[in-house]
Amino acid sequence: MNKTDKEVKIHIDEALCKRCGFCIEFCNTKVYEADQDGLPLIKNLEECTNCRLCELRCPDFAIRVEVVNNE
Amino acid sequence: MSRPEGIQLMEGNHACAWGAIDAGARFYAGYPITPSSEIAEVCARELPAYGGTYIQMEDEIGSIAAIIGASLSGKKSFTATSGPGFSLMQENLGVGIYQEVPCVVVNIQRVGPATGLATQPAQADVMQARWGTHGDHPIIAISPASVQEMYDFTIRAFNLSERFRIPVILLGDQVVGQTYENIALPDPGSLEIVERKKPTVPPEEYLPYQPDENLVPPMAAYGDKHILHASSTCHCETGYSNFKYGTNRQLLNRLKNKIYNYLDEIIDVEYFGPEKAEVTLVSFGSASRVCKYVVGLAEKEGIKVNLLRLISIWPFPDREVQEALAKTGACVVAEMNQGQVINEVNRVNTTNTPVHLASGIDGELIRPEIIMASIREAVK
Amino acid sequence: MAVKLNYREYFKEEALPLMWCAGCGNGILLRAITDALADLEIPPHQVVVSTGIGCWGKADDYMTTHAFHGSHGRALAFATGIKLGNPDLHVIALMGDGDALAIGGNHFIHAARRNIDITAIISNNFTYGMTGGQYSPTTPLSYKTTTSPVGVAEPAFDVCGLAEECGANYVARSTVYHVTQLKRFIAAAIQKKGFNVVEAINTCPTHFGRRNIPGDTVEMMKYIKDIGMPRSRFEKLDEEEKNKYLLTGELVNRERPDFLSVYREINPAASESGRGEGK
Repeated sequence: MNKTDKEVKIHIDEALCKRCGFCIEFCNTKVYEADQDGLPLIKNLEECTNCRLCELRCPDFAIRVEVVNNE
Repeated sequence: MSRPEGIQLMEGNHACAWGAIDAGARFYAGYPITPSSEIAEVCARELPAYGGTYIQMEDEIGSIAAIIGASLSGKKSFTATSGPGFSLMQENLGVGIYQEVPCVVVNIQRVGPATGLATQPAQADVMQARWGTHGDHPIIAISPASVQEMYDFTIRAFNLSERFRIPVILLGDQVVGQTYENIALPDPGSLEIVERKKPTVPPEEYLPYQPDENLVPPMAAYGDKHILHASSTCHCETGYSNFKYGTNRQLLNRLKNKIYNYLDEIIDVEYFGPEKAEVTLVSFGSASRVCKYVVGLAEKEGIKVNLLRLISIWPFPDREVQEALAKTGACVVAEMNQGQVINEVNRVNTTNTPVHLASGIDGELIRPEIIMASIREAVK
Repeated sequence: MAVKLNYREYFKEEALPLMWCAGCGNGILLRAITDALADLEIPPHQVVVSTGIGCWGKADDYMTTHAFHGSHGRALAFATGIKLGNPDLHVIALMGDGDALAIGGNHFIHAARRNIDITAIISNNFTYGMTGGQYSPTTPLSYKTTTSPVGVAEPAFDVCGLAEECGANYVARSTVYHVTQLKRFIAAAIQKKGFNVVEAINTCPTHFGRRNIPGDTVEMMKYIKDIGMPRSRFEKLDEEEKNKYLLTGELVNRERPDFLSVYREINPAASESGRGEGK
């Protein structure tokens, strides 16, 4: 789809995550899937478009999307 | 209109407003209410020339909120009201005490409860001034008895509020508020004005509720690089909420001791009449003016009477009243209510001196005859 | 300062985790506000947040700007004094729906009428959450809460309509789902002079959601995503359908002069400086 050339890293703070499920449900390219506890697992990192909506819609500041290579 | 000078015939409420301006007040937020509205009117007219702002809030709750906000932004601020408005202000008065915000609340007391008699005097908000807001808290309240004192004591109220970082109540009444008397207005430059302590540490080290040795924290203002976090929730020295065991006790005790360890800077009384007497009157505000007259009346009837006038009502002058009771034959508390200060007098009456009440609840300055009747009762 | 500001300048990271429930959008709203402040490059010491009482009222615990946390419903009244005491400040009032519109209603009306230069960010989750889920002036008719167990018998306020009618300069509504738009509206409101209101439709899965929206936190978020509707679609609905949705967008954007501008024009002797000295 619209993958970028940038390498994206997603950091999830498991201690802060309250398992609300928003990032998993509302990611447009289905980067995440839930583990049995509801914690988001990064399943399809290559699909991430760096839109950062998961980070902004996380109510608990538990997600950080970082661009590693700036080209 | 520029600031009047020298000896002026002035209404008490006007004198109060000028006292505030001379003390440095630059923000007034209020709501009109008889018999205090003239204070608002003078401020509306005069504050802009001093770079100040007048705003008429939608109610008294908003008024006291706004003066607290303005004070935290660095402006000396005040409001004026009467019974019904004072009742509305109680919740936020607690906020001001808890957050340690310097400001002055003028209560020109009138007959209550409820609407009562709007244009007529009483002194029945004394206990409310002490305990009107919920929770454990101290308060400072001082009581002017003349137009001159409406000027002088307003300045004193501001100075106390800045020194102790606490709202101070000026407990006036309709008589001192709306009577005209000659007063002497000093050169404002000659006045002793107290300013709140400012932080001396760099911004990154500043803790807004970390007290100095005198238990008062230096006070930053909104807009300073020293960040001020003022909260109505139980808080620690950072200003942020703190629910840990021990925080509440520490905070409440410091707020109390901040005042009660320094009573010598607050307590003020006046002694009038002979040093030894058969009957000592205890009174305050406009009722004390009548008491001074009654001292002379009593002498004509052969009764030696003196007066202990309370200038600071809260904290109550325990020691001064106790000592006066010990030295006298009997006490008459003259107040324009059904008995409020008398309960405090009885509380400190360790010598079991007989205490009588002269109660003026007729919506007028207490008549001398009421006080005389109690004096005669006391010497029987 | 050459380094671009980041939301962390305004946000107290050490205070994490947030006290709010799983799925509560208050954290999203907080991120939008701190991001907006960073985009606007306003130094933190020029910002004062004046918060109310309730879940959203506890937002000050997570901010490193100047802050005031006062009594229920009075955030705008305190904010009025804060602003007039130092007009150079950016004063932002953070209130829940009950705080702003029930007990705070009178102050809301007059702040808008005066057009005092304050930004009001209202977190509207249709309930009194902190006290256990009672109904508020914005709970939709017939919805269930702890004090309306069989349904609310009162129609709900239109927060934005009220703000518009009373004279606010800028009125916008978004939701905590529409984060990009939300931040944009907040930045616009902070930047603009006058009384500027952003209503953020918010999630309360624990109380409102549990009693009215079948499903979990995700269903609650989907609910508010769907009831927030832009004008292009909203206008096509019939009157009865319109009652089921909330119009989102910048609803009012006008240039009435703010209170202090008018006051100073009428009272020309007032000084220009933000803070007067003692004498």
